[in-house]
Amino acid sequence: MISARGLRKSFGELEAVRGVDVEVRRGEAFGFLGPNGAGKSSTMRMIATVSPVSGGELRILGMDPATHGPVIRSRLGVCPQEDTLDNELNVFDNLYVYGRYFGIDKATVRERAEELLEFVQLVDKRHARVEDLSGGMKRRLTIARSLVNRPELLLLDEPTTGLDPQARHVLWDQLFRLKQAGVTLVITTHYMDEAEQLCDRLVVMDKGVIAAEGSPRQLIEQHATREVAELRFGIADDGNVHEQVAGKIEDLGRLEVLPDRILVYSPDGEEVIAKVHERGLEPIAVLVRRSTLEDVFLKLTGRTLVD
Amino acid sequence: MTATRLSVAEGARRQLDYWWTVLKRTWRGGVISSFVSPLFYVVGMGVLLGGFVPADPSRLEGATSYLTFVVPGLVAAHAMQIAVQETTYPVMGGIKWHKSYHAQMATPLAVRDIVNAHLGFVAFRVASACAVFLVVLAPFDVFATWWGPVLAWFVLVLLGMAFATVVFGTAARMRSEEGFGLIFRLGVIPLTLFSGSFFPIDNLGPVLAWVARLTPLWHGVDLTRMLCLDTVDWRLAALHLAVLGAMAGLGWWWAIRGLEQRMRS
Repeated sequence: MISARGLRKSFGELEAVRGVDVEVRRGEAFGFLGPNGAGKSSTMRMIATVSPVSGGELRILGMDPATHGPVIRSRLGVCPQEDTLDNELNVFDNLYVYGRYFGIDKATVRERAEELLEFVQLVDKRHARVEDLSGGMKRRLTIARSLVNRPELLLLDEPTTGLDPQARHVLWDQLFRLKQAGVTLVITTHYMDEAEQLCDRLVVMDKGVIAAEGSPRQLIEQHATREVAELRFGIADDGNVHEQVAGKIEDLGRLEVLPDRILVYSPDGEEVIAKVHERGLEPIAVLVRRSTLEDVFLKLTGRTLVD
Repeated sequence: MTATRLSVAEGARRQLDYWWTVLKRTWRGGVISSFVSPLFYVVGMGVLLGGFVPADPSRLEGATSYLTFVVPGLVAAHAMQIAVQETTYPVMGGIKWHKSYHAQMATPLAVRDIVNAHLGFVAFRVASACAVFLVVLAPFDVFATWWGPVLAWFVLVLLGMAFATVVFGTAARMRSEEGFGLIFRLGVIPLTLFSGSFFPIDNLGPVLAWVARLTPLWHGVDLTRMLCLDTVDWRLAALHLAVLGAMAGLGWWWAIRGLEQRMRS
């Protein structure tokens, strides 16, 4: 569905994407993860054929976006990060007008709009104006709109950002049903649980390049351990107590020392806790948990804030 | 779809429903600004103020009264004003506020199709407003022939498009709406006042009269007036048409390039 080789995107001096290789197969859910400025959105805009490629090779549905943009877009669905719904129109008309851009005849687009309203559970909001909808409803309407041309490939840029947990779960359910129906999904997200829930495979991007690639399970196995022990030692008068403790337990696994706790990556978290106690150390709180994609993400992209 | 891009007609046809919804929600405001306000101008300036202006055809470019002189100028200035209004805030809205251009760009429509459809809507607004203006004034004996205002109507649409394309391209390149104040204060208002709409440009003196002759609105005003008063100098008319046509053609290219650069940045 998507094939990128050495894909690059520059804005003047700034290189946002610096040689990305990606293959997305039909029917899979593929994720782009990365901090702000990693190059995810620039990559997505090139895949959406809106932004021209600066270097390398990109094929979408077997075609070159530079020469076949409109043909490719006729088979794509795009759910952008920012709302581009028409606030002045009602819910139904948003779907209808958008469907007409694809050249779908009036009767068919009306029929599809009715089906999609049902799919995204907005039938009773059919005549509501968009500006009166909640954030979750707007996202569902945007997803419905992106499906009006029955796309083979659906691009979702931060689909659940800003939504409450209930709305996120409803959307995940709908995306899962689309995947079951054979639609190829390409998702960018900041939410690791979302990536774990939805993506068969993903890449972690950082500073315009791919830092890691694989299924969520593979990435956890490759870049983290099975478990993580989190140890909190309170606050000491003479500097960071966690720095001091770290020196005494560095043989127990890979350590990550944070201002408020130490993370010990180990196959057996309980064993780590037992050994910590054996060494006379008394943490005020301990937690043993499974490693998650978030641990992988933070290991690969660091904890420094990127604005 | 087998062609790599849509034909001009197909690109426009696919956006008809969208622009129809825009028309449905804006026509009430359009009636006021397009029809009522200019009629106030005609009554206020043409009839009431014009009553104090002695009608000397030799000094009014062949017009028999100030009203017959000022009507073509008013309608031409009005065509320009509608064109500028419809290509400033609405263009920036499509890019920055309601982002309708971004939504359209995610479909098979290309920038060229989006620009064409928007300009087509502007042409419709200019054409309908000017048609009503000319029809309403026809019974007041301000036109020398029946065909003059018909030809003038085409000129007014061309004049509107000359401004619409250039302003569209400018708005597409602007990052903030603050610049629109300059377009209106330093562009639209001086052009309206000093391009021959309200008085013959010879009154400006030789130097400023030549400056006025270089402005695109003067070409539209002069051609509209010649047609309405049946005082056509065909060689000068050809020059006016060439200037307005060139401006519309170059402006169209400028508008498409501007929106392309903006949407891809």
